[in-house]
Amino acid sequence: MSQIEFLQQLINGLSLGAFYALIALGYTMVYGILRFINFAHGDVFMLGAFGGYYLTPRIMPHFAGNLAPVGVVVVLLLTMILCALIGMVIERLAYRPLRSRPKLTVLITAIGVSLLLEYGGQFVFGADPKPYPELITDRALENTGALTITTTQVAAFVVTFLLLIALTLIVKRTKLGMAMRAVSNNATAASLMGINIDTVVSFTFGLGSALAGAAGILYALSYPSIDPLMGLLPGVKAFVAAVLGGIGNIPGAAVGGLILGVVETFVGGSAFSTYRDAIAFALLIGILLFRPAGIFGKAQVEKV
Amino acid sequence: MKYRHAKKFALLAAIILAAVASYFSSAINSYYLQVLIFIGINVILAVSLNLINGYTGQFSLGHAGFMAIGAYVAAWLSTEHGAGLLKAFGGTNPFAIGALFILVLLGGGLAAAVAGLIVGVPSLRLKGDYLAIVTLGFGEIIRVVIQNTDAVGGPRGYSGIAGYTTLFWTWAIAALTIYLVVSLIDSTYGRGFLTVRDDEIAAEACGINTTRYKVIAFVVGAFFAGVAGGLYAHSTTYINPSGFDFQKSIEIVIMVILGGMGSTAGVAAAAVLLTVLLEYLRFVSGYEWLPELVRRIAQNRMIIYSLVLIALMLLRPQGLFGALPRRRSTRISKPAVDPLA
Repeated sequence: MSQIEFLQQLINGLSLGAFYALIALGYTMVYGILRFINFAHGDVFMLGAFGGYYLTPRIMPHFAGNLAPVGVVVVLLLTMILCALIGMVIERLAYRPLRSRPKLTVLITAIGVSLLLEYGGQFVFGADPKPYPELITDRALENTGALTITTTQVAAFVVTFLLLIALTLIVKRTKLGMAMRAVSNNATAASLMGINIDTVVSFTFGLGSALAGAAGILYALSYPSIDPLMGLLPGVKAFVAAVLGGIGNIPGAAVGGLILGVVETFVGGSAFSTYRDAIAFALLIGILLFRPAGIFGKAQVEKV
Repeated sequence: MKYRHAKKFALLAAIILAAVASYFSSAINSYYLQVLIFIGINVILAVSLNLINGYTGQFSLGHAGFMAIGAYVAAWLSTEHGAGLLKAFGGTNPFAIGALFILVLLGGGLAAAVAGLIVGVPSLRLKGDYLAIVTLGFGEIIRVVIQNTDAVGGPRGYSGIAGYTTLFWTWAIAALTIYLVVSLIDSTYGRGFLTVRDDEIAAEACGINTTRYKVIAFVVGAFFAGVAGGLYAHSTTYINPSGFDFQKSIEIVIMVILGGMGSTAGVAAAAVLLTVLLEYLRFVSGYEWLPELVRRIAQNRMIIYSLVLIALMLLRPQGLFGALPRRRSTRISKPAVDPLA
């Protein structure tokens, strides 16, 4: 593999990893607060892609010419708000009534919600793949030498980077962010200090779902064919990314996503390309066996 | 009658019933016959998954993967080596075919059990949510590997499998599966499974090798899933990797949850109920007088599965036939009365 080829694969891998990172953040935040894997998270990502699909032709005509970038931001923000609302509704209806029940019950419910979104999506949107509208023109940048960097890749990087900064600011600098960290540290103590757990959980779901929605649009721009089952595989892989970085750890999820994207792209470019989708599971099993706390996670002792 | 004898008696009765039913099977409409066979296969799948998910408390989402291995190995054995083995057993008389079929099913089951061991040893060190995702992943990996194996047709599927499965074989093996699983649960192994489910830390503190019990449950469950796969392959005579996907795993999980995790009778009943119900839905989607919306939902079984899952978890997490886990009572409880004793 030449140096150029290597760099090219690295760029492709990082841009794929950016999507995984955005989705993984939602898994990791919810896990940090509730210690539970939101199986339906990958489907919120799918709904984000569909949100963009239906919003683009309705919003973009109002932002012709030089205003187009504003339109893109509007579509992105509206989709994120929509996904945040969906995430909060799911939490309110399906997970909150079960919060004190055994973990397995919540897990099974989450699988049910995931299936409902996927196949309900097939029911509402139709099962056939849809071509994605061109929200931003997808073309290769000039003056990059032998490397190919496309505008969608740049957009994915920029948006992911900005969202990561925004998320860090929210978690570190706002009151709700502080409450999130407190609940994640010790939920009982936090509620004794007057923190409303329900609000924090709801906010966390909203935040994570908004990021997944943004990832959905960015993903659909790079792979412009969407269908209601598209969320399953990226969802599971993003979960792997979250575990890789140390579940419950926000920077860990971002780094885990990037690593997974790069590894997957390199496997896809090698002789084992048909096993590309299996590599994430191999990674997951490896990391859980040898470093269950993940790259950035701290091993915790289970108290009886 | 003692409980142990009652179990054996019930097994014998079930096998005789299967033989009698099979004797009249030529009088049954071939569609109903197929449904009856699927009922038997689904009972085997659900009861074997219940051993893992229900009794041992290890939530697995990859049962269809083991079924696929059993189906493919059994189909390959009977297609590639069936003729030679038949000759060795002395021609094409019913007994030779029966012996061949048992051998082929055992082959499929053993292959699935080996796969269960390979999957189980690393993944059963994980708990709860992680195990669910890893088994889901393994199930998908198994499917991808089969899809990439050209010797068994790859993505085109495997056709021309002999139609050895009869009502007798399916129901007799389903009865045998229930008998063996119930016997296993009543044995010391069964105590081990239940301990692992009820409190893993306490079990470990008592010196129980929890990983060993989990792996045993997983391997035995995988074996029966493999046998069910073999029955399925020799019933439809054509199999395709996409028939053993995540959707199939979920279908088996729903049977277990519907019946009540940890209740063999409940799970078997749920398998029968769900199989019949799903077949009935085919007719519902054809009823002209129903609103369009209802008919379209009836066509999409996954929507119904998801609603069943959510509703069950919210309203009746113990399943339709399961009992809630016993509360620790401070009172001295009455000695348990065994209803079958």
